[in-house]
Amino acid sequence: MATDSKQLPEVIDPKTDKVHSWPHLVRAEFLCALLSLIGLMVWSLILDAPLESAADPTKTPNPAKAPWYFLGLQEILVYFDPWMAGVVLPSLIIVGLMVIPYIDINPNGNGYYTWKERRFAVSMFCIGFLILWVLLIIVGVFFRGPGWNFFAPWQPWDTHKVVALTNINLNMFLVENFGLEFLRDPIIAAIFGLGLIGAYYSIGAFYYMVKVKSSKLLQDLGVVRYGITAFLALTMFALPIKMLLRWFFNIKYIVTLPWINMNI
Amino acid sequence: MKEKLRALQETIVQSDVWKSIFRHGYADTPRNRILMVASNVFLHLHPSKLRRHGLTLRYTWCAGGLTFFFFLVTVVTGILLMFYYRPVAEYAYNDMKYLQFDIPFGMITRNMHRWAAHAMVIMVMLHMFRVFMTGSYKPPREFNWIVGVLLLTLTLLLSFTGYLLPWDQLSIWAVTVGANMGKATPGLGSQGPFSEQIAAWFGIATPRYDAGSLLTAGTVVAAPTLLRFYVLHCIFIPVVASLLMIVHFWRVRKDGGISGPM
Repeated sequence: MATDSKQLPEVIDPKTDKVHSWPHLVRAEFLCALLSLIGLMVWSLILDAPLESAADPTKTPNPAKAPWYFLGLQEILVYFDPWMAGVVLPSLIIVGLMVIPYIDINPNGNGYYTWKERRFAVSMFCIGFLILWVLLIIVGVFFRGPGWNFFAPWQPWDTHKVVALTNINLNMFLVENFGLEFLRDPIIAAIFGLGLIGAYYSIGAFYYMVKVKSSKLLQDLGVVRYGITAFLALTMFALPIKMLLRWFFNIKYIVTLPWINMNI
Repeated sequence: MKEKLRALQETIVQSDVWKSIFRHGYADTPRNRILMVASNVFLHLHPSKLRRHGLTLRYTWCAGGLTFFFFLVTVVTGILLMFYYRPVAEYAYNDMKYLQFDIPFGMITRNMHRWAAHAMVIMVMLHMFRVFMTGSYKPPREFNWIVGVLLLTLTLLLSFTGYLLPWDQLSIWAVTVGANMGKATPGLGSQGPFSEQIAAWFGIATPRYDAGSLLTAGTVVAAPTLLRFYVLHCIFIPVVASLLMIVHFWRVRKDGGISGPM
């Protein structure tokens, strides 16, 4: 049996540009695993996992923060009610991610990094992931203190910090600032608010109807794929829109439907 | 001496026992390189050959592989922790203290479990980001992207259910924040939209029978929640995730190996 220690010359198939998994891939994986294990052990030697006092259902900490990877969603709770921030939006994130391969019919950029060939897809994903997920997690972890008030990381947490609750619903904002007295009526206000949301989503339909004749892309996409894409994109942008409305106009809800316990 | 060792080596590798385990020789030949992978149950997850760009860290970030690696770390450390931990409200917190202060290597085992779980969450997010940025979900890999999204969700749920187990202030209140969301489920939660109507007409979506109480085994996060989360964390989600991982890895190969320029 030949046990010569001569190294086999690098075998690269010129047609497929392929190399053997053994040793090339297995060696790389082994090294990655080894370095990560060393890093993990050093991390575990230096930093202990937290263990606070025993669970006490009668003592609610302030702030009560979810695990860090859910703090983006907890941050959304500032702007949306739990049924939206905690249920509907997370579900739409999961479903929306799953449908990406079926609504993105652009054949370019399959298997390599590119910005120029997929501007729309990449920018949408980066807004969603880097800003509305990662950045919100950073805000939730480092910038939120008692009462879910905003604190810089170097500021001490003042548990008595009081931020005046001056938020008002959109209908009352319009009553007070523009004298639209008829919006005081809750039923008219509800119809107005729902109409506003309907108008927001019909931007997508409107754009399609105007552009479909001249846009090859929209024709290829088809009405179903376009509809799903537009719905998901508009829903995603509803979050920054509500943030801006809150920051600049203290608006709490666009529409309140107390009869079915639902506010948007 | 050298001759004797060489002879011993020959005896061993020519023995029936050795040859029954390793069915190919040592020599670094193209055939043996392929057999190294193809005749090993663990390594045959890999293709026998792959395109060179699949090896570049700049392309893959090794994010998927490291997610799986950190999963394996949590499995090993998690099994060790299970020897010392009882998912009962009266014992759980004391077991944590005991584990940290009395059990040899208890603290570092717990630390590694905790930090590997965080690392797994970070790596799975990076993996999704990388796969998106390289357009690797495009045909023929659409379905594997769906499996990947399910695995991402399960990773978050694994981490979330484990968060409760130390049974300290941090865990019950963090889980309370999350579990309260279940109560707000439209139609199925006692505090969600349509709850009054559904409760009046169908008798569900009451505080006792709603999506929140299904998750927490009661109206609030309490002792029954601990057992429920323990079973989900140690058995149910790992089993489902493992099944999906098998599909995920298998599909990588069936869909033409690691993605790359056509």
